[in-house]
Amino acid sequence: MKSPALRLFSLAYLVFLYAPIVLLPVFAFNDGTIIAFPLKGFTLQWFDDLFTNVNLGHALKNSLIIAVSTAILATTLGIFAARASTRFDFPGKAGIMGLIMLPLVLPEIIVAVSLLIVLLGIGIPLSIFTVILGHVLAATPYAIAVLNAAFSSLDRSLEEAAYDLGEGKISTFRLITLPLVLPGIVSSCLMAFTISLDEFIIAFFLAGEQTTLPTYIFSQLRFPKQIPMIMALGTCLVAASIVLLTIAEYFRRRGIARTGGKDTGGFL
Amino acid sequence: MAGPVKTRWTRTEAFNGYLMISPTLIYALLMLAAPLVMIVAYSFFKDGYLTVIHEFTTENYVQAWSDPIFRAILLRSVWVSVLVTAVTVGLAFPVAYFISFVLPAQKKSLWLFLITIPFWTSYLIRVFQWKVILSYNGVINSVLTGLGIVDHPLQMLNSVGAIAVTLAHSYAPFAILPIFVSLEKIDRSFLEAGQDLGESRFMTFWRVTLPLAMPGVIGAVMIVFIPTIGDYVTPELIGGGKLPMVANMIQQNMLKIDNKPLGSAIAVSAMLVVAAIALLFLMLNRRFLRGPKG
Repeated sequence: MKSPALRLFSLAYLVFLYAPIVLLPVFAFNDGTIIAFPLKGFTLQWFDDLFTNVNLGHALKNSLIIAVSTAILATTLGIFAARASTRFDFPGKAGIMGLIMLPLVLPEIIVAVSLLIVLLGIGIPLSIFTVILGHVLAATPYAIAVLNAAFSSLDRSLEEAAYDLGEGKISTFRLITLPLVLPGIVSSCLMAFTISLDEFIIAFFLAGEQTTLPTYIFSQLRFPKQIPMIMALGTCLVAASIVLLTIAEYFRRRGIARTGGKDTGGFL
Repeated sequence: MAGPVKTRWTRTEAFNGYLMISPTLIYALLMLAAPLVMIVAYSFFKDGYLTVIHEFTTENYVQAWSDPIFRAILLRSVWVSVLVTAVTVGLAFPVAYFISFVLPAQKKSLWLFLITIPFWTSYLIRVFQWKVILSYNGVINSVLTGLGIVDHPLQMLNSVGAIAVTLAHSYAPFAILPIFVSLEKIDRSFLEAGQDLGESRFMTFWRVTLPLAMPGVIGAVMIVFIPTIGDYVTPELIGGGKLPMVANMIQQNMLKIDNKPLGSAIAVSAMLVVAAIALLFLMLNRRFLRGPKG
């Protein structure tokens, strides 16, 4: 079917999607403090500011601690849920999965505010730990979506063959199941890591005195002088996410190929 | 006697299923269900200036709903979300259709990947970039004045339209993916049958493709509409703080004014309004969500 209008529209849509991102490096290397055309000239000053900024370094360190913890915890919780929902049938399964997947559609501010009330109510001081609690909640549904695909394309007869050959439950999981779903696990970790690194609202409410990368960026957006440095930071973040996502996508496809499934495309 | 019965019960599929899901379920109960119950409880507590008095009252709801500012903000939030949902889903459908029906199979994954990449790059910076694009001396105005199309730069920021464009950009992949999935499921022979029976291509689309794609469209509407109404960053950055939405009001009451019961009542009210609109929308479209007949 030939549809030039549809193709043109879709390409225009891609331009719309990428316009804000393409402009980032344009201004990050521009030698001018005002973010506007015409461009002034080439500079690396904003990147230099970036690497010598102590507050930013601190926020980045916090964000990395939070993101790594979130990746591990959300993927672990995701493995339990994905395994349960693809392997077992039990009463109330739809309701339970509905609750677990709820943060996918619930506005993040509701998650943030309700957790804030509980944490303050029982007297847990706000810190990066409380941000991790919130981020795990928000990232787990995405982890489950990725892991569900990995677990559901798993052929159950492979596990049964291992049982028949005398392997126990745990060794079967280690020798058969785990290697087959490992690409899904890697991809889930990377996704949870990326979500946590970028999450703003929950961190804004639950970090207390601490800053994370997004809350630091948000605080700097008020100062026009800081904007070129934020553009440089954005350029670095975009580059990092593209690398991470390419790796995640590679593992996701390899996982599907390994278990002999059909690629249904996409993360959601 | 208890021994063998117990052993048998622990071997059932249901028991193993509950055992397997329990860590994730317990986490969701403690960190999601309990806090949601708490926020409803708080909305019925009294505010005692920086403390909360645990006494039942409906005063917070009365105070919130009798406040014209709250009603205006809630109405704006709903209007922005409806606008954003219509724009996002309306623009996403042709793209999803293009990927599913026009592109050859081996190119589909690449396109889906391209569409999801912007979604995973810094949300805050992406929103801020729209300020750069739309501002008085921004990208669009530079181009328009540079080409002599307009004499004076256009005032585009601080408007509901600017908020809508930015949010439509943020939620684009959420709209495309569910529609794409439901389009992919359509049996292509139905379309041939439609045309063989003498329907035009447009009528085939209208009477076969669109109804079959509706579950995806409805999914897209839900997944865009519900989170959009709670967006905090876009009204703050693109609306310049002059066009607050309900999330900004919740944040004000929770952190700045520190009136947690009133903040909770606003949050609960907003959730109920969103849920009511979402349910109404699902009711109106329920005929599309039933499985294929016979």
